[in-house]
Amino acid sequence: MFKKLTLSALTALALSAGGAFAAGGEGHIEDFDFSFEGPFGTYDQMQLQRGLKVYTEVCAACHGLKFVPIRSLGEEGALGYSEDEVRAYAAQNFEVFDEELDDFRPARPADNFPENTGVGAPDLSLMAKARAGFHGPYGLGINQMVKGMGGAEYIASLLTGYTGETKEEAGVTLYANTAFPGGWISMAPPLAGEDVDFDDGHSNSLHHESQDVAAFLMWTAEPKMMARKQAGFVGVFFLVVLSVLLYLVNKRIWKPVKYGRKD
Amino acid sequence: MAGIPHDHYEPTTGAEKWLHKRLPIVGLLYDTIMIPTPKNLNWMWIWGIILTFCLALQIVTGIVLVMHYTPHVDLAFASVEHIMRNVNGGYMLRYLHANGASLFFIAVYAHIFRGLYYGSYKAPREITWIIGMLIFLAMMGTAFMGYVLPWGQMSFWGATVITGLFGAIPLIGEPIQTWLLGGPAVDNATLNRFFSLHYLLPFVIAALVAVHIWAFHTTGNNNPTGVEVRRTSKADAEKDTVPFWPYFVIKDLFALAVILAVFFAIVGFMPNYLGHPDNYIEANPLSTPAHIVPEWYFLPFYAILRAFTADVWAVQFASFITGGIVDAKFFGVLAMFGAIAVMALAPWLDTSTVRSGRYRPTFKWCFWVLVVDFFALMWLGAMPAEEPYASFSLIASAYWFAYFLVILPLLGVIEKPLPRPATIEEDFEAHYGKSSNTTPAE
Repeated sequence: MFKKLTLSALTALALSAGGAFAAGGEGHIEDFDFSFEGPFGTYDQMQLQRGLKVYTEVCAACHGLKFVPIRSLGEEGALGYSEDEVRAYAAQNFEVFDEELDDFRPARPADNFPENTGVGAPDLSLMAKARAGFHGPYGLGINQMVKGMGGAEYIASLLTGYTGETKEEAGVTLYANTAFPGGWISMAPPLAGEDVDFDDGHSNSLHHESQDVAAFLMWTAEPKMMARKQAGFVGVFFLVVLSVLLYLVNKRIWKPVKYGRKD
Repeated sequence: MAGIPHDHYEPTTGAEKWLHKRLPIVGLLYDTIMIPTPKNLNWMWIWGIILTFCLALQIVTGIVLVMHYTPHVDLAFASVEHIMRNVNGGYMLRYLHANGASLFFIAVYAHIFRGLYYGSYKAPREITWIIGMLIFLAMMGTAFMGYVLPWGQMSFWGATVITGLFGAIPLIGEPIQTWLLGGPAVDNATLNRFFSLHYLLPFVIAALVAVHIWAFHTTGNNNPTGVEVRRTSKADAEKDTVPFWPYFVIKDLFALAVILAVFFAIVGFMPNYLGHPDNYIEANPLSTPAHIVPEWYFLPFYAILRAFTADVWAVQFASFITGGIVDAKFFGVLAMFGAIAVMALAPWLDTSTVRSGRYRPTFKWCFWVLVVDFFALMWLGAMPAEEPYASFSLIASAYWFAYFLVILPLLGVIEKPLPRPATIEEDFEAHYGKSSNTTPAE
């Protein structure tokens, strides 16, 4: 059993290494600037709304978001939609299968975004955490500490990384992409620029659309990020205060032991 | 409790006497919390409290996580996402638990290397050391099984590779592997038993921790000089020690607060830094990740496991004299467990009569090389199994074994130790001035 597994793992390793060598190793990830980077970073509500629009009108054709409840669009720290807006969005855009009705019905806020396995495209709920844009150097993890894990950067780089070249392999068309490991991806370029008209009049160039949908997917992967950072600040603040107090107490009680009793 | 002479609990009121006659629990707690502790303990003696806190943190967050988690191959991954999205504060519980494991291992490694430097493992503290090694092993088992529970890609493939190690044991290996997994491969049966054991083992650890504390409360703490507390009289003992409460409780709590501030910064601002992105992809038995990497705290031992390939002469020699029973893979498994075994045997391998590394000039160098060696192995464990990393891994693994099997026995014979202070009091006063006449400026 183990021998077989090792063998297949080795083969997979050799194959992927071969592919990586052929294409010149890991893909190139551009360091996009996102509003949510760093301890003080927050989501840009308007950007998330634009990203949702790109997802709904383009990505959702092939990809699902099966772990994301639609109601979370209206939660605190999310996209800022009202309950009615979320209900309207769900009903307009998605149908889900209801086991009680034994039929499809328009989606409700309580449903999750539907999963979409039609063409074998991966689910995007956690994509921004399932990819690391930045590595190393030399496995030391310094880049991730400085730049962040880079999941959103990876997505934006992938969407803008098509060179236009294609090739056929075993009856499948592959597209050259500078960000994808191995250099060839089976997803056709999903965005060309000006695919979606934004309600806030923001630029819909390829660069902006890609960055907006990447930000949205960071939110789907980590919807509680803002609450988490806030909790982090509260925790660090109180622990620092507690540390100072304990330092002073410690100094005081040890003084007679260290420097002689002054009773 | 034998050992350092000190005041014991005396029940005074009628109710106290009544209870004390039937169950001397107040006395036990009093003796535990008021234990005479060498007053010269430095900041490397804080890790015990950090570790106790980690165990409590992991048990408390873990118990709540279990209330929302579903141990089933089809539901586990989704139930973790349910915790992250729908459970109140669930994201915080999970990130505390996941990063808590890292804090636990940072603390345990610091604690172990403290023991190695100051000779805490030497007589009469061998039992404390051995119990500690058992706790370390139980921690590794618990952490490994816990990492399987989210049922991501690294969970699944990590479990496949690590349980595969048991398959490398000659003859009985494959039946053992099947028995561990509950089937021919990692599947629902594996997930369920790992879940069960992941819940059980922390309580075993808690019991071992109690024995660990009992053992060193019997022998008394070691201290940076390695010189024992004077036990000739209570007055002498009191010159070398202070009671644990309040002196060390407050000191340890201060250290804990500082460390927790850093810990909360990591949980709050970069909770996935120490994790692996692949574990946010649901487990898929049909798709092997390009690199299967264990969690950072296993990397040093993972590097030792991989270092011994078939072209190493030691492996070829072992294979030759055992008639091929010990192949490279089995040798690697033996080396990995051996790396911990030699550490556990340190009390008997170290021949020096001087306990603390502070007074051993050559030992000091060898020890710090071991620390560097440990970090080098950690780095090498994350590197691909190719040159030059393979050769470096072999050298680093060799030093690990040489330190315990050659350097420790030999140094005790050839090294000339430095003079040691006669008492703990002497060492303490060399730091802070005579307690009788010096009154430093405030």
